[in-house]
Amino acid sequence: MIGAHYPVLQVVIPLIAAPLCSLLPKTKLPWLFATAIAWICFAIAIVLLLQVYQYGPLSYEFGSWPAPWGIQYYIDIVGAFVLVIVSAVASIALLASRCLVETDIAPHKHALFYTAFLLCFTGLLGIVATGDAFNVFVFLEISSLSSYALIAMGDNRKALTASYEYLIMGTIGATFILIGIGLLYSQTGTLNMLDLRERMHAIGGFRSVHAAFAFFTVGISLKLALFPLHHWLPNAYAYAPSVVSTFLAATATKVALYLMYRVFYTIFGFEFSFDLLNLGLILLPLSIIAVVISSFTAIFQPGVKRLLAYSSLGQIGYMTLGLSLASKAGLIASIIHLFNHAFIKGGLFMCMACMLTRMKSTRYADLAGAGRTMPWTSAAFVIGGLALIGIPLTSGFISKWYLVLATLEKDWWWLAIIIVFTSLLAVVYVWRVVEQLYFREPHADCAYVKEAPPLLLACTWIMILSTVYFGIDTRFPVTMATAAAEALLQ
Amino acid sequence: MRKNPILRETSHLLIPAILLFALYVQFHGDYGPGGGFQAGVIFASGVILYALLHGIKKAEKVISLTLAKTLAAIGLLLYAGIGVLGIFLGGNFLDYNVLAHDPTHGQHWGIFFIELGVGITVATVMISIFYAFAKFKK
Amino acid sequence: MSIFFDLYAYWVSILLMLAGLYIVIDHTNLFKKLIGVNIFQTSVFIFFISMGKVDGGTAPILEEGYRVFSNPLPHVLILTAIVVSIATTAVGLALVVNINQRFKSIDEQEIEKLELEEE
Repeated sequence: MIGAHYPVLQVVIPLIAAPLCSLLPKTKLPWLFATAIAWICFAIAIVLLLQVYQYGPLSYEFGSWPAPWGIQYYIDIVGAFVLVIVSAVASIALLASRCLVETDIAPHKHALFYTAFLLCFTGLLGIVATGDAFNVFVFLEISSLSSYALIAMGDNRKALTASYEYLIMGTIGATFILIGIGLLYSQTGTLNMLDLRERMHAIGGFRSVHAAFAFFTVGISLKLALFPLHHWLPNAYAYAPSVVSTFLAATATKVALYLMYRVFYTIFGFEFSFDLLNLGLILLPLSIIAVVISSFTAIFQPGVKRLLAYSSLGQIGYMTLGLSLASKAGLIASIIHLFNHAFIKGGLFMCMACMLTRMKSTRYADLAGAGRTMPWTSAAFVIGGLALIGIPLTSGFISKWYLVLATLEKDWWWLAIIIVFTSLLAVVYVWRVVEQLYFREPHADCAYVKEAPPLLLACTWIMILSTVYFGIDTRFPVTMATAAAEALLQ
Repeated sequence: MRKNPILRETSHLLIPAILLFALYVQFHGDYGPGGGFQAGVIFASGVILYALLHGIKKAEKVISLTLAKTLAAIGLLLYAGIGVLGIFLGGNFLDYNVLAHDPTHGQHWGIFFIELGVGITVATVMISIFYAFAKFKK
Repeated sequence: MSIFFDLYAYWVSILLMLAGLYIVIDHTNLFKKLIGVNIFQTSVFIFFISMGKVDGGTAPILEEGYRVFSNPLPHVLILTAIVVSIATTAVGLALVVNINQRFKSIDEQEIEKLELEEE
């Protein structure tokens, strides 16, 4: 009986948990509670994915009001897949957060930290689960507002300015999306995404629909940190507390990308977006520039967290590159990379979290010799780095493989060369870190640091091993991504 | 500002009216314009006016920061609780029809409690935002 | 001229939108930037509200003798958007207050200089 309510429980459970969490005392309890909630959400997400995979899309009507009038939650295979990614990363990050929050955040703020974390989690799940365009805006703001607060909790004072910049850019992005929703509503009189899709077909291309499309594109690209709207991201990820950078790097931009799929494929439809308005023509050069420039910039960063942030920008470029190919193969590559990158980047940021607990810094010079003092963490970083480059037997290779296949399908061999070339740039920036870890003498004051706390290390290895696992056994991501691409292109 | 008799006396006249008006907007929300958001803000403005004139310490005797934060959480829980109650009574989330014996009453109760939850949360969140800024020390 | 007078609500929201964006881009004072964001958001509220107006329509309450109603849905949406904007402003102001405490400045360029010195 309760099974019918899973789509709503997925979002409502963390939503109810957030205020409860703020009332908990200053003990271990907020952590235990938030972690338990995240794991429950993870379980629900898996059940939803199985249901959707077997029986097709699920829809849920709020207050039993029928669909175009009431708010509808609509979960198809794309949504269910992203829900699994978001909740998996959240549950691992929260489990690991015990050791990190204690060092990063003042004790009286612990309960509020977990409250904000749960709200951010709620927002991300809500964007994915909802089938209502305005609900998307509300959840987008719930997740963004709580992530501004989370980022500002970093102990460096630059975290505040990073968070402020993210707030300004994020608010403008969300407001652009709101304008897009308003223009669509003024033309169609509906907010339900499926209903919007049908009515859009009926009215065709008005100028205000074109304007709505433009506003959506810019707004989502701001949230996605697509070049040249990416300026807020590197600082925000670099100065946020380590758990927060892990979680946001692995999920926030992925959910924005999901929103892009939703808007361009479900609402506007493939023909309108790619044939009529030539979205690919805009996205393709921007993605290529994003990949090339951010890979170059990543090489010259002073610290590893900033390096990873810039590399994230490049990886987002690969995902939009797949999208801009305007083919099924490209879309599949994009979705597979969305899945793989979530775990690769989550794992790498988690390695940085391990090092931060012991070294208090992620600048290159301070990491010297960590391969000897923290062998497990360093090994995890190396495997994650290999996955980031795209070495065979890691999940990064699978993403790149499908992406190259998609470009070759179009006979765009020059694009395949660019992808391989930028992967070589990744070799350079990963090597810079590896060199510090293994081929330098440790500093005198870092010579006796211990390995990271076992719980944190275990969580890091779960992330890293999953990248290896999905690099060898690719059935799960590939099957899901193929089904998702088919659902989107319908 | 406490020493200014005109401000003080006007506020004594105004604050009860503001609070009463907030309650009117809150509970008349299902028949006319109004509802939890507006009522909450109006109620909070009454408390904030009091705090501006008599100082934070006196205002905190009425509603302390801890109480405001707790009430904010409780208001949200009331909202979500009504929604979940709908599930337990056999409907969907936020289904008001199943709350009472007939759907009309159910809708009535549902809206009433949902708006009450919204009102409590909005008022206390506004008050706690004000406190947070007013109590900020350099 | 009718394009100005008949569609004046859109012109108002476009002007406010541009003014808001201009303030965000041009001013270096963090507090003024927030005000710019606020103006920008307000323009969108006006856009939504003007969209819901039906000529000759009244408030959507069923009474004898009224047949034309304005669309109440944009108002409800904007109520939510206003709450979001209040929350954004509150978080933004909290950040500015904290930035002022730790940098002793709320000027973007001065803060950038301080950040560069740190590196």
